[in-house]
Amino acid sequence: MADLSVDFCGVKSPNPFWLASAPPTNTGDQVKRAFDAGWGGAVWKTLGNPIVNVSSRFGGVDYGSTKLMGLNNIELITDRPLEVNLREMADVKKHYPDHVLVASLMVDTEAEWREIIKKVEDVGSDLIELNFGCPHGMCERGMGSAVGAEPEVLKTIVGWVMDAANIPVIVKLTPNVGDITEPAAAAYEAGADAVSLINTVKSIVGVDLDRMVPLPVVGDGSSNGGYCGPAVKPIALHLLGQTARVFPKPISGIGGIGTWRDAAEFMALGSTSVQVCTAVMHYGYRIVEDMIEGLNDFLDDKGYASAMDLVGKASPAYKEWGELDLNYHVVADISPESCIGCQLCVVACLDGSHQCIHVPGMDDEEKRRRGYVAFPDASEIPDRPVTAPGGTPGARVPFVHEEECVGCNLCQLVCPVEGTITMVEKRKGPSRVSWNDRAAQGTDWAPGGLEATKKARGLPE
Amino acid sequence: MSTLPEGRLESRLPDKGPLYTRGEAVTEANRCIYCVDAPCQDACPTGIDIPTFIHKIATDNVRGAARTIFHDNLLGYSCARVCPVEVLCAGSCVYNHWGRAPIEIGRLQRYATEAALAKDADLLKRTKKAPTGKKIACVGAGPASLAAAGHLALDGHSVTILEKRAYPGGLNTTGVAPYKLHAEDSLREVEMILALGDITLETGVEVTAERARALLDEYDAVFIGIGLGPDSFLGLEGPGVVGATAFIERLKLDPATSLDGVRTALVVGGGNTAIDVARELAQLGVPDVAMVYRKGADVMSGYAHEMAGARKDGVRLIEHRQPIGVEVRGEQLQGLKVVATDRGDNDEVTPEVIGADLIALAVGQSRLTALAAAFDGVALDDRGRVQVDAETNRTGNPKVYAGGDCVNGGKEVVNAAQHGKLAARAITQSFGSDD
Repeated sequence: MADLSVDFCGVKSPNPFWLASAPPTNTGDQVKRAFDAGWGGAVWKTLGNPIVNVSSRFGGVDYGSTKLMGLNNIELITDRPLEVNLREMADVKKHYPDHVLVASLMVDTEAEWREIIKKVEDVGSDLIELNFGCPHGMCERGMGSAVGAEPEVLKTIVGWVMDAANIPVIVKLTPNVGDITEPAAAAYEAGADAVSLINTVKSIVGVDLDRMVPLPVVGDGSSNGGYCGPAVKPIALHLLGQTARVFPKPISGIGGIGTWRDAAEFMALGSTSVQVCTAVMHYGYRIVEDMIEGLNDFLDDKGYASAMDLVGKASPAYKEWGELDLNYHVVADISPESCIGCQLCVVACLDGSHQCIHVPGMDDEEKRRRGYVAFPDASEIPDRPVTAPGGTPGARVPFVHEEECVGCNLCQLVCPVEGTITMVEKRKGPSRVSWNDRAAQGTDWAPGGLEATKKARGLPE
Repeated sequence: MSTLPEGRLESRLPDKGPLYTRGEAVTEANRCIYCVDAPCQDACPTGIDIPTFIHKIATDNVRGAARTIFHDNLLGYSCARVCPVEVLCAGSCVYNHWGRAPIEIGRLQRYATEAALAKDADLLKRTKKAPTGKKIACVGAGPASLAAAGHLALDGHSVTILEKRAYPGGLNTTGVAPYKLHAEDSLREVEMILALGDITLETGVEVTAERARALLDEYDAVFIGIGLGPDSFLGLEGPGVVGATAFIERLKLDPATSLDGVRTALVVGGGNTAIDVARELAQLGVPDVAMVYRKGADVMSGYAHEMAGARKDGVRLIEHRQPIGVEVRGEQLQGLKVVATDRGDNDEVTPEVIGADLIALAVGQSRLTALAAAFDGVALDDRGRVQVDAETNRTGNPKVYAGGDCVNGGKEVVNAAQHGKLAARAITQSFGSDD
């Protein structure tokens, strides 16, 4: 059994799984039930000055028959009285002293920050998270992502907070910026202990075409909201990876995490803890059982004694494009044992990639008519009938013309039968050589970076 | 444990629900909507948390899925294959009412248990509690005893299983339709249980009344899982007349069994055993197989989905015919003598003979009452079933527990597994352990 506990800025958490500041952490009763289910920590629904919420608040994005691939919300911070939240936070900490209680905060003036920090420290919070990410409503009042997108403002406020706080401070970053390292740098320069990311992505999930009102409908109008759920995971992983490789500091990863595998991927790219919201809003606190068990089994399988050993394991492999090995080469291989003959790989390659997958039995004229440019002699294309159990009778197993295959993976990605298309490594050369290497050797054009581009285009330097 | 001989008839019948590939399992698992308070779980006699194990398959946490299954049903592997899911979990799936195909729960459960154990054979063994020094004897090596033995071993006790037959597994080995589970797969599951450790299996052991008394002295508790006795014959003995369960056992285990020359087979009965043997005969190539049932199809105790399957296999159902004897010429079976039961009160009783080369009787099995009653304090009901407390499966003797067919008169493997689990939990509790 691997040790799942993590140390986040000196705060010990029984496992890396925390609930993000959101509706699942709205009340003490909810947080207690979550801790009972196995969650290691909870970031309380953001505390701040009184607000009112609208109805409705959520919009969903389904993909095919999959519900809630993405979720969008226009809910604001807590709409419950501060004193009630504080009383319940104290009660939670009293009954769950070993679980991590994080106070998420969003106020305006320096005086307000000092006052609320004192209050959340007094109730026993382990950590403070500054909500500089909320991209709807609060940002119109100069808070939330309005702060996260302005490094100078962010730095000032974090400075106030660091002066007042006696417990570690996490700055929650918005993804709605051009370069995530700028607000991250501002946070760290002002003394923040950690960052968490990503908050939601500014979004409109759809339009009600009968009412001609964007979603979610609030009477005669709507507003842009914050997008989260599985759909944002790739965006989150990138911003996390980018931040982690520039700043070797603790990060709490957020964005589309719903399974143990998602969590392991976030940790491999630099998260020490992970925060979950949408998956719980969809399926309930119960999903943490699978996350704990799956992560534990994974760590055991790979021989990691502790979850902490996983943190940042894949970070060194996240490189600039110019550093990638140009001699690494793979080609597609289609297994005649399991191909069902749907020919999706053929059309994907023909229209969407490099025209190297062929259906047997076509003469050269037919091939040209279909759009193939370079192809082998028809005699070199084996005519293999589909024999897989469940295969389509009479269909043919497609043929990969290896010389033309660029190894893009597209056929493997569209193939509906797992394991049927594999990418086989066929290096172009034994040594490792990157674009940067070739540019340095003078064998390739060196782009020269942004400065050279500006000069070439006659732009001011 | 002895290995099975080659050339058994059952080996000719292919698996009707082959093992999913990972991709197939994940795709099917993702079709499940992960209900809360799910009807599938309520419908499972062992109460497996089905939505959770399916969710774990979807997240590629296959060992977690298997743990969820085994927590409530140590025979989750065989149950995945032999359970009548159509009337239990899958039959209760919310999709049924919604006009969609229910989730393939049986096949997903097979995938989870098989894939997990292939990946990690010690999956369950690692959860074993420290040795308690307590000893339990299980009489019979069928599903009830195996489930009890497995749970008891995990609780840290040592178990001895005494089995009369050469092969363990009970009906999973000797009686289940081969297209659901072959005998070798049943034995594989027995191996999985034995691999938990501290379980000794003794086969070829007949428990006499004397031995029964000795067991009570030697062991801290005894579990009776003896199943049912031989097939009933209703006075229809004759050449070419076989008891259904004994015949299925031969199809499954005895390579000398042959159906050569059998052109017409009749199966007497309307229960699931009758349907099973009829389907097996048809699938093994007997050209004409008919079931003879004394009432109408609408009141048959066999499952409708099984009867539908039998019809697809080419089995005919002859309704409203009551057997009254067998027609034999010389030493050769000629057919089954029947009378109509749907005749009017004043109609003449005219026996007719339905021609047959083989008649299989599936009209019930006797009870092994003498063996059960040999344990002091164990009481039987008027139908010869061992009486137990429903919560604990404890008999009238506080040291003796019972489960499976000898208690319920003949139900599914999953019911036996539940009995074994309840008894094991009660036994552990009776020892004053913390579980």
